[in-house]
Amino acid sequence: MVAVTISTAPIQAAAEAPAPVELQKKNRLGAWIVFGLVAIYFLLPLAATFWWSLRALKDQYTLEAYRRLFADSNFLPAFTQSLVNAAVAILLSLLIIMPTAYWVTLRMPRLRPVIEFITLLPFVIPGVVLVFGLIRLYSRPPLVLTHTYDSSRILLVCAYAALSFPYMYRAVDNGLRAMDVRSLTEAAQSLGASWPTILRRVIFPNLRVALLSGALLTFAIVIGELTIALFLAQKTFGPYMAELTRSKVYEPSAMAIVAFAITWAAMGMIALITRPRKEK
Amino acid sequence: MGGARRPPRRLVGNWVGVVPFFVFAGLFLIGPTLILAYRSLEGADGSLTLDNYRAITSPLVIQAYGASIRLSLVTALIGGLVGFGLAWAISMGGLGKSIRSGTSTFSGVASNFAGVPLAAAFIFTLGRIGAITSLFEFLGVDLYATGFSLYSFWGLTIVYLYFQIPLMVLVILPALDGLKRDWREAAENLGATTGQYWRHIAFPVLLPSVLGTMILLFGNAFGAHATAYALTGGSIPLATLLIGQQISGDVLNNPGLGYAIAMGMVFIMAGSILIYSLLQRRSERWLR
Repeated sequence: MVAVTISTAPIQAAAEAPAPVELQKKNRLGAWIVFGLVAIYFLLPLAATFWWSLRALKDQYTLEAYRRLFADSNFLPAFTQSLVNAAVAILLSLLIIMPTAYWVTLRMPRLRPVIEFITLLPFVIPGVVLVFGLIRLYSRPPLVLTHTYDSSRILLVCAYAALSFPYMYRAVDNGLRAMDVRSLTEAAQSLGASWPTILRRVIFPNLRVALLSGALLTFAIVIGELTIALFLAQKTFGPYMAELTRSKVYEPSAMAIVAFAITWAAMGMIALITRPRKEK
Repeated sequence: MGGARRPPRRLVGNWVGVVPFFVFAGLFLIGPTLILAYRSLEGADGSLTLDNYRAITSPLVIQAYGASIRLSLVTALIGGLVGFGLAWAISMGGLGKSIRSGTSTFSGVASNFAGVPLAAAFIFTLGRIGAITSLFEFLGVDLYATGFSLYSFWGLTIVYLYFQIPLMVLVILPALDGLKRDWREAAENLGATTGQYWRHIAFPVLLPSVLGTMILLFGNAFGAHATAYALTGGSIPLATLLIGQQISGDVLNNPGLGYAIAMGMVFIMAGSILIYSLLQRRSERWLR
């Protein structure tokens, strides 16, 4: 989701002056109406949920729902487990995608469409279909992984890493295009650097922003993921939230607000780290 | 030219760099799909057959697919139109830069705010005890007596729009930005009205992007499972929920049919992504 910024700034600046003022005003009123109506639709559920989350005790506004949520003995283990899963999945995805994208850019540009196609597969295979296939593939020899909790967890983390491919590859590819991979590599090689050193000391530092935004996006998607975790019988944050929604009255509202804040934090950080560039 | 031994070795060396990627994708993306494809072609006696795909016409499956397709169509259409309107408002409506950047960041958040928390938020808003439901009750209108239910088709539509509209905004905003100011000026200099400019210039240029993105929205809704599961638990027939039930236990009494349904979803998703990328490529001719 690293937006392709098209620099139309000079054209716009030149054109802004003679634009008819009345038209602009008429536009603006319509734009405010559209914006206002859509904003109501988007803010109402958040406001309603927030209001509910403050009403756990009769006739007063308290943070009791949040206290109960955090005090729930299942909350922290589920959340921590999801955090660890997300971190490992991101690391795994990074370790696979970065060298691959670098190698393809440098040595095998003809393979790029194939790699690109494969990284887009998570958009083609719905989560519920993917987990269906994973269970069928790994529930009988030669590779049995669904029989214990921990081996299922490996499956889950690998699936998450695969799910992050579209975002991670796109981010890394954009980053690689923005620099002169060939010259950097040749310069490093002429100084006697090995491949791992080049990746770690030359390419990685230049990709930091791209990788970080890919990682944050993956985090936002994976932290509360329900479908795959559910069918692999994992006690992670997603299934925990689903169970909470079914069984409790006030805690789910606090949970939804917390989940929204987490997503907001991840996306806000992406906006922050990608903004202060020269362009725009 | 270098030594004769060099090229083949380098070729092998080149491939080594991409092997981990292919192995991983094979194990966790392609393999799982291939096994479903294989099983979907396997008859009860182990022979190769298309019987499982023929069984897709059974009423239960048709109902689930039909509901999924309708839900995806409706949310893609409404989400596409509203999302386009919002993108227009923040890019050309003169609302200011902070509204624009705020809206696009929020769109990033909302398009990823699917699943359980989204379902919960709407339960607190439009569920039986939700804030809006209570508000209507206070005004003397019992929403649920009018036939409305959050757990019905239209309820799901309202919920799905929460991630469909923002996705439209995110994808279509660059296309709107790609409209050149000179085109508008040229049109105005030739005496065109705003309506004519939109009808003859902006609309035809944007059409492939808009259509393509709506198809992307279709796929986005079609493959969604978590939100519907968290909201209804499975009381509404949807293709993804049916597959979910089939994983937990053979609800169709026909394992082969389950695989065929799953593959059918993959085909529909692949089709929509393909059309999306074709249209997107076409729109790049003018925009950017």
